[in-house]
Amino acid sequence: MIKRILRHETILALLTVIVLAILAYQSDKFFTVDNLLNQGRLMTEVGLVAVIMTFVIVTGGIDLSVGSIVGLTAILTGVFWKSLGLPLPLAAFAAIACGTFGGFMNGVIITRFKVPPLIATLATLALYRGLAEGISQARSVRGYPESFYVLGQGNMLGVPTQLWLLIITAIVAGVVLGYTRWGRTVYAIGSNEVAARFSGLPVDRAKLAVYTASGFAAAVAGVILVSRVSTTRSDMGTGLELDAITAVVLGGTSIFGGRGTVIGTLLGLILIQALKNGLSLAGIKGDGTIVLIGVVLILTILISNIVHRDGNR
Amino acid sequence: MANANHPTSASGRAPSERGVIARFAAAYGQEIVIFFAMIALFVIVTAINPRFISPENLNTIFSGNAYIAVAAIGMAMIIITGHIDVSVGALIGVLATISGTLAVSGYPVWVALIVPVFVGMAVNAVIGVMVAYARIPSIVVTLGMLSILRGGLITVTGGAWISGLPPEFLIAQAKPLGVPAPIYFMVALTLLAAFWMRYSEFGRSLYAIGGNPEAARASGIPIERRTVMVFVIHGAFAGLATMLFATQLQVIQSTVPPNLELTVITAAVIGGVSILGGTGTVIGSTLAAILFAAIGSALIFTNVSAYWLRAVIGVLILVTVMADMIRRNRQGRA
Repeated sequence: MIKRILRHETILALLTVIVLAILAYQSDKFFTVDNLLNQGRLMTEVGLVAVIMTFVIVTGGIDLSVGSIVGLTAILTGVFWKSLGLPLPLAAFAAIACGTFGGFMNGVIITRFKVPPLIATLATLALYRGLAEGISQARSVRGYPESFYVLGQGNMLGVPTQLWLLIITAIVAGVVLGYTRWGRTVYAIGSNEVAARFSGLPVDRAKLAVYTASGFAAAVAGVILVSRVSTTRSDMGTGLELDAITAVVLGGTSIFGGRGTVIGTLLGLILIQALKNGLSLAGIKGDGTIVLIGVVLILTILISNIVHRDGNR
Repeated sequence: MANANHPTSASGRAPSERGVIARFAAAYGQEIVIFFAMIALFVIVTAINPRFISPENLNTIFSGNAYIAVAAIGMAMIIITGHIDVSVGALIGVLATISGTLAVSGYPVWVALIVPVFVGMAVNAVIGVMVAYARIPSIVVTLGMLSILRGGLITVTGGAWISGLPPEFLIAQAKPLGVPAPIYFMVALTLLAAFWMRYSEFGRSLYAIGGNPEAARASGIPIERRTVMVFVIHGAFAGLATMLFATQLQVIQSTVPPNLELTVITAAVIGGVSILGGTGTVIGSTLAAILFAAIGSALIFTNVSAYWLRAVIGVLILVTVMADMIRRNRQGRA
């Protein structure tokens, strides 16, 4: 019973509520519908990536290449549309297909060649970013048609368009990870890959799927990012991998695999976004909030470690 | 390369039955691969453009990435022990700013150069304690530290440039006997660290901890203390790397150099340090850092846009790592 109450997600939820309460008390601009929806818009790109990253980390892996896939997809969208003259929706789909293929390649390198995920995705981080830089020659693409901005700047039923995507993705991901045989396979791989293999679970196929999905999420995030900021540059998404991993780890997913939930990741995301927003409303500059996120990350894991020291470890 | 032909015949037997060359190749496989890759690169690029091996360009290649090589020595030790540090780039940015600020505020040059080493050791002591005693995974601690250092630096300085550095501060521009000073630093520190890792009890124990922590503990190695120590040493190397990084130009930009931590980790890993811990050498990581600089220069001398540099490095990592994994899998099966 006490173990259940002291679960990492519960601690995190409490922390989030406390932070939200303090922020609401500090600034009356914080708890307005407009502000909250806008914050949702801002966290969608990292959110999409982080939700799928939860799967990756639960298998005991990691994907450092997502930020580069965001950049590559953004560049390809611009290039397919402007240089090749494809209609914009087709260009975006083609770019997303390429980004997804990037994730698939990660999976192939990791499962077929047995390269450790950290190294494999470190290599593709350099490769995909390098492709984005090489293809674009550091030139930006602008002047997208108005209709394209619906995705990144528009609303649907009063809610930012991309936030719907994040909500649907999170629900589907949460159900798949928590309640399906496939989700259990993911946990089994992270707890003990050898045992999972000997129990006849499709370990390689599951890993391949997880890394492909991660590439897909990053690619979609890339297109959304282009639509939100109205321009394409090859350095887009730099450092996004670390933001996403921070949210996942803050959400209680063990970096060693086998433990973690989508709910936890969402709480981690919300906490980070609330801190960023609240502090900037309180007049602290954007960079000061990064410091606090670092402190919160370390402290949360520290507290969680102390609480869980005796008992279920 | 040489040992790729041998493993099936040699790996099943006792090491003493193997030839000297095969044993050397087994111990330094990755280093040899990089060494030959570098020679191939020099031969090909020089054939296209002979100015590639002019003394000035060689000086640029060998000194340009010296700070990365020095930082990668510490990183190699961290990874060999089974940990990782993603905050080293941010740390070097902070230390460079401290160093430059001290230099322009009138402190003696040696103070401005040496203080970052101690600050680096202190910061990494904190990381080490949290990893060793609070048992937080190193990637989590250093991810947090990355945010703290990066955010802290920009908040304090606003990303301003430090200029007006005294000329005697710019030691990376010095050329004793016609060779850039960073090359002396890099070679001396690499050899020192290589011998120390190979022959000292401390160095050997790091391989033991990275290879099998439980066995290391059972054989009486004080894992916690060693872990803190290796982080402190890594911090010192970050400080030494800062000495070269901060003094190479007339100005210091007080922000974190983008992706520096990944470049440093990549150098260590391409150099043959297994990310799983327990194997690798610091010589390999230094060779890899030089190879990066050589590739960057080769692109310029063959008229290929420098924007392709990262793509080339990415392919290079993939090829070396996959070759290594294929070789290892084949050895494991034989």
